[in-house]
Amino acid sequence: MKVINFMGQRKLAMAVSAVLLLTAIFSLSTRQLSWGLDFTGGTLVEVHYSESADLKAIRSTLDGGGYAGSIVVSFGTDRDVLIRLPQGHADTDGTALVRLLEDTFEGTVELRRIEFVGPQVGDELREQGGLAMLMALGMVMLYIGFRFQFKFAVGAVAALAHDVIITLGFFSIIGLEFDLTVLAALLAVIGYSLNDTIVVSDRIRENFRKLRKSDPLEVINISLSETLGRTLVTSLTTLLVLVCLALLGGEMIKGFAIALLVGVVIGTYSSVYVAASVLVLMGVSKEDLMLPVKEGAEQDDLMP
Amino acid sequence: MLNKYPLWKYLLVLAVLAIGLLYAAPNLYAPDPALQITGESSAQVIDERTLSRVTGALEEAGIEHFGEVIDPGGRNALVRLGDAEQQLIAQARVQRALGDGFIVALNLAPTTPEWLSDLGGQPMKLGLDLSGGVHFKLEVDVDAAMERRQEFYETAIRRALRDERIRGIVGREGDLSVTARLRSEEDRESARTLIADNHPELLLERGGEGENWTITASMTEQMRTEIANYAVSQNLTTLRNRVNELGVSEPLVQRQGQSRIVVELPGIQDTAEAKRILGTVANLEFRLVANLDAPESEKQRFEYRSEDRAGSFEWLERDIIITGERVANAQASFDENGRPNVQISLDGEGGTLMSRATRNNVKRRMGVLFIERKFRTRYELQEDGSEKAVQIPYDERKLLTAPVIQSALGAQFQITGLDSPLEASELALMLRAGALAAPISFVEERTVGPSLGAENIRLGVKSVQFGLALVVLFMILYYRVFGVIAVVALSANLVLLVAFMSLIGATLTLPGIAGIVLTVGMAVDANVLIFSRIREELRDGRSPQMAIHSGYDAALSTILDANITTLIVAVILYAVGTGPVKGFAVTLSVGIVTSMFTAIVGTRALVNLYYGGRKVRTLSIGGV
Repeated sequence: MKVINFMGQRKLAMAVSAVLLLTAIFSLSTRQLSWGLDFTGGTLVEVHYSESADLKAIRSTLDGGGYAGSIVVSFGTDRDVLIRLPQGHADTDGTALVRLLEDTFEGTVELRRIEFVGPQVGDELREQGGLAMLMALGMVMLYIGFRFQFKFAVGAVAALAHDVIITLGFFSIIGLEFDLTVLAALLAVIGYSLNDTIVVSDRIRENFRKLRKSDPLEVINISLSETLGRTLVTSLTTLLVLVCLALLGGEMIKGFAIALLVGVVIGTYSSVYVAASVLVLMGVSKEDLMLPVKEGAEQDDLMP
Repeated sequence: MLNKYPLWKYLLVLAVLAIGLLYAAPNLYAPDPALQITGESSAQVIDERTLSRVTGALEEAGIEHFGEVIDPGGRNALVRLGDAEQQLIAQARVQRALGDGFIVALNLAPTTPEWLSDLGGQPMKLGLDLSGGVHFKLEVDVDAAMERRQEFYETAIRRALRDERIRGIVGREGDLSVTARLRSEEDRESARTLIADNHPELLLERGGEGENWTITASMTEQMRTEIANYAVSQNLTTLRNRVNELGVSEPLVQRQGQSRIVVELPGIQDTAEAKRILGTVANLEFRLVANLDAPESEKQRFEYRSEDRAGSFEWLERDIIITGERVANAQASFDENGRPNVQISLDGEGGTLMSRATRNNVKRRMGVLFIERKFRTRYELQEDGSEKAVQIPYDERKLLTAPVIQSALGAQFQITGLDSPLEASELALMLRAGALAAPISFVEERTVGPSLGAENIRLGVKSVQFGLALVVLFMILYYRVFGVIAVVALSANLVLLVAFMSLIGATLTLPGIAGIVLTVGMAVDANVLIFSRIREELRDGRSPQMAIHSGYDAALSTILDANITTLIVAVILYAVGTGPVKGFAVTLSVGIVTSMFTAIVGTRALVNLYYGGRKVRTLSIGGV
């Protein structure tokens, strides 16, 4: 097997990561995220027109009907329309709204969905979401620290934070709406990226113990090369289904699929470069991984 | 190295798969569109006669139907329909034929064969985003309940002092206590004894000196918790009753956290109606109509609520006799002369208070106020310059009726002199609606139309199929025979996932489907790990049998670590998340567990069956 000199490029990779992170953080602090309804609170109505809908006409109908200031956009197709009502329409009667729209339209208008989220619920969700993220990171760090070693935990959490921040930055730059399902996707990214990082860390640990080489860079390079095939295959199969979800799953699931797509790509990269680079930075060595107790002792079955 | 499993391991894999198939099977039977008929009150029994009226109405409309059954207790009946398109028409026809007194709800009747449902088999429940329906989150205003109780104590203490001719001023101080200011220490002591006798549950504290002696009564922490719990649970009961009026087959009314209530109504079409019935957030107050010579400070002006009497008003006393929480029931009825009336029943304490208040006030009039929670929106400037809408609740009090008290009233009394049965039933409805302990308000609402729900299912299933097909293709091309084995395991994983979700009664939502798709993508990971290990072993020159053995062994701890950490994330998602996040977390964690079984034990069984126990020259595992 050919050993690829991954760590030779680690300075470059760190520069790339730094640029990506800074861009993400810059965008997050200036443009912020375009928070979805789940977090801001407000009222959202999705309607389906029997023929292609004229957004301008809808806007003027709404302005005249007491919903001035509504944001009207098409949703997926030109017959599906998403209306975000201005603040202060807490108990909107969806049926009445549809009737209003139908009055000025030749065909039929069908109510697809209404979502109303009160402002205090939105605030709570944002808190909860952030809390969930921090809790997930914390628990994961504990587990890895316990199963591997402290330096690996730092590496894994750095990789996770890296992935989450860049994915968030992507949402901020592209201006995609950040709602509850995207938050779920982000947490799934944590799960996925972690999976990748653990597989790599596992191999690094194994090779430190097995190979009679003391140069950490070389051990890491060998480990990364050995796991590269698996990393690519798994990322590929996951990306395959995610592309299916993004293209076929419908508008309501699109944000979720895109967040995961970005997250999986970044996660694959970070498990190779970020986690391992952090290990090098922290000066991981053979001594860190001496077996405290023999675990999972290999035993042959004594079965007939 | 023979790579043979003992027989029991093969049997275990087979048994798990068989159980999986068994419990996943109910999902294959498409449910029938159906109507569910229930009586409006528990006394209403549904018998063969009712059922024949139902089938008669359906036949008249030319709607195909079959499989009519009545519940053993006669509480409800189910009629299956031939065509889902006609469900709405059928509902309208049957409702018209049966009249009020019956609730006709749309339903999807499972077609699970009897032997399967006897074994506990049931199809997965669909979430609102897939079945269509409404999700409401309501907040119970516990503070208002507290304030109302405070008001009650204030009135009760003031009245008790007045009855005993102890002169003093009674007022509320802050949110949590009522203070009586008295002129002498003796007065204070007798007031204290009086309050302690009447309300032993209150904490009393003496204070003041000179001309100003006070006694402060406050509620204990425990009482406040009880009031809050009572407010939420009474709202729950009232909401359940109201939801029943809506005719939904499987409604969910559930407490969430301290003061929230979640209501889910699958299959509801008319959301405006649902909101109107649920959202009639109201309370009642019974007060005496003020005497003409009463000073301004003791009375308040209220307008009538009904439109025919718009503009007219009455002056009511400030003292409240009872509030809606004391009203147990109100029913429209007829007296012996056939005139419409409304029968009101109060709970025990309400009865005592009512008789005390009316005993000496016969021939005076008593006003019934209807209090509705409404909102005013105010815009507040945020720090960053943007405006934020803040909703400020306020109570609108309007007079329902002000009848003359004909004699001393107790826990049961009636309001007569109503113009029509319609007016009577309207009034009874308002009285029942007002019998709520604390105001509630909508803090979240999600409505998914039935067509969108159906589309979500279609798209979800389609993306699972395509995703699965692509993964299958890739795995077989890349790993050959081992790829086929992995694909078999993957399918088994899907079966187990569906079976487990059905068995625990989990609800399938759109994010749940996304979770399944993601599981498909990630479930192959375990196999990829094992297979690349085997390839490595082969490259290192091990024999095929040896390579299989050590490949599986070496990958095991990696797979465990990776899956356990992902499971940690999924569990946190479940614990912290709500709604869609929870649905996703459920499928993800179930998927992780089932995939570990199929990918490790399942594939090994197949590999052992295929390669085990014989001489093998090469493994069909793709390019080494």
